[in-house]
Amino acid sequence: MSVAVTTTLRERAAETFEKLGWPTTRLEEWRYTNLAPLQKIQWRTGDPACPDRQDCLSATLAGRATLELIFINGQLFETTGSAGSALKETINIADWERNAMVALNTANAQDGAKLEIPAGTVVDGFIHLLFVGKGDGVWSHPRNVIVVGANAQVTIVETYVGSGSYFTNSVTEIVAHESAVVDHYKIECESLTAYHVGNVYIRQECGANVTSRTIALGGALARNETHVVLNGEGAAVALDGLFVGTGSQHLDNRTVIDHVQPHCESVELYKGVLDQNARGVFDGLIIVRPGAVKTVSKQTNRNLLLSETAIVDSKPNLEIHNNDVKCNHGSTIGQIDEEQLFYLRSRGLDADEARSLLIFAFASEIVDRMKIEPVREQVRRALFRQMPERLPERRGETR
Amino acid sequence: MLEIKNLKAGIEGKQILNGLDLTINPGEVHAIMGPNGSGKSTLANVLAGRPKYEVTGGTVTFEGKDLLELPTEERAREGVFLAMQYPVEIPGVNNIYFLKAALNAMRKHHGQEELDAMEFLQLAREKMKVVELDESFMNRGVNEGFSGGEKKRNEIFQMAVLDPKLAILDETDSGLDIDALRIVAEGVNALRSEHHSVLVITHYQRLLRYLIPDFVHVLANGRIVKSGGKELAEELEQKGYDWIEQEVEVA
Repeated sequence: MSVAVTTTLRERAAETFEKLGWPTTRLEEWRYTNLAPLQKIQWRTGDPACPDRQDCLSATLAGRATLELIFINGQLFETTGSAGSALKETINIADWERNAMVALNTANAQDGAKLEIPAGTVVDGFIHLLFVGKGDGVWSHPRNVIVVGANAQVTIVETYVGSGSYFTNSVTEIVAHESAVVDHYKIECESLTAYHVGNVYIRQECGANVTSRTIALGGALARNETHVVLNGEGAAVALDGLFVGTGSQHLDNRTVIDHVQPHCESVELYKGVLDQNARGVFDGLIIVRPGAVKTVSKQTNRNLLLSETAIVDSKPNLEIHNNDVKCNHGSTIGQIDEEQLFYLRSRGLDADEARSLLIFAFASEIVDRMKIEPVREQVRRALFRQMPERLPERRGETR
Repeated sequence: MLEIKNLKAGIEGKQILNGLDLTINPGEVHAIMGPNGSGKSTLANVLAGRPKYEVTGGTVTFEGKDLLELPTEERAREGVFLAMQYPVEIPGVNNIYFLKAALNAMRKHHGQEELDAMEFLQLAREKMKVVELDESFMNRGVNEGFSGGEKKRNEIFQMAVLDPKLAILDETDSGLDIDALRIVAEGVNALRSEHHSVLVITHYQRLLRYLIPDFVHVLANGRIVKSGGKELAEELEQKGYDWIEQEVEVA
């Protein structure tokens, strides 16, 4: 699991970051999210300290993965199980030349999964990458590269947890070769005083089928970017997103799906739930290149605002450069349905419990279609913690 | 059990109930009939505590308690059940989980032990048979994708499980075919006892053929203008509502 970023690349990326600087709100794609508070801090690299087992394991899928890698403050701490093989080639699909945060990661890249799933291999179960942040003023730059060979199949779960006011700046690169099937989960449950900027870059070749789900629940400020290039005919991608913010959390989601080749399909559904003074952002861009005829694309963002002071900015965006496409997009912002609330209460549920049930129902559209039960369970538990009122009867009960 | 005195209520500043009086004793089945716009549904919604309905006068006492003071869920826990005219769909909220939570909230309120999953399922299965709902409905979202008739049967199923002291049926018969109507009536008849009361709100006499009321009241302009036995329903069916309104005008 050595670092695959070469020294020269590090130096060039460092120069690039120097040139680009920290993103500011003057940039269109950073309009709603201000990283200024992060720039004031003299970040340092943390110790590979022993994790508080109790702390992180309760929130994880420990012991249930085919392969599990645990990273503390960006450094590999423990490996359990096995799957695939170590990556030999150097992959660089994350755009460090234009994306400042990717440049920052590339310049400082730490450990991460560097995996190759050989062609035709079906990995049973799932691979779990657990990133634990610990301490104050500590930053980490995990760098994952996963190459899935032709006709191979794999499920990858990234979980981010921790305690303290640290900063995670992660990059995950996934290459799905011809007809590969990838189910990718990113579960961001960082400490509520932490910062998280994460970039996922996915490149798909002919007929590759990728589902990538981003669940953002933690962090004082979290920015999750997913960039997909549909680089081969007949590739299909599904992006699911769920962000649930409370207090003064700021949860920003940016997705870019680039249809380069013909006959590709993308379906995107992001759902946001914002309570108290939380702010959410959905900025989704779909690009259809001139040659990408017969493109089918659907982008949806739905948001639920639970308080007068919660904010969501929704910016669905299509950029189409040919006429032979079927694309649509839409976004909605609403409140809890009073009729539904009344119905539940009229059967004896108190108002808080009824509200929680309805919020949970809104989120469950994303949760229920996750294919791995332990992951669904982990997300459900994390969701309960975000609910105004817990549902005592649901604790420990699966259905 | 239920005592309504001089109830005045409305919605969005418009008064609809203009001094309604009604007393229901334990074990009685009352039917309220009346033309559209007479205030039937307003009465049902005010009793259940639906938001936006405003009470401007009068009192409602349920088992000695001031019903209007209680929030919606407390009324339910005290034993008031409203079978809704338009049951709402709630995708993502599991039908059976929801009903178990509702029943246990009620049991807790009365200091009874909560039912565990097995005990509850046994009860639910038994009650489902009465309304002839398939077990597959249990694991669907509340009313999600149900037909009109299935929604109404689900209301009666919930009623059967929650076993309310006072069941209010708000036009549960509207839009039902004869089979569904019979099932709904059987569900309500199964609930009847000396401790249970039923208030049936309807426009037509159809349901009352299967569900014989002890009393029939005619509601017009937000007031009960005529009361009688079950034969009054038949008379209304034959003669319509006009004669009542004329009678009231003369008086």
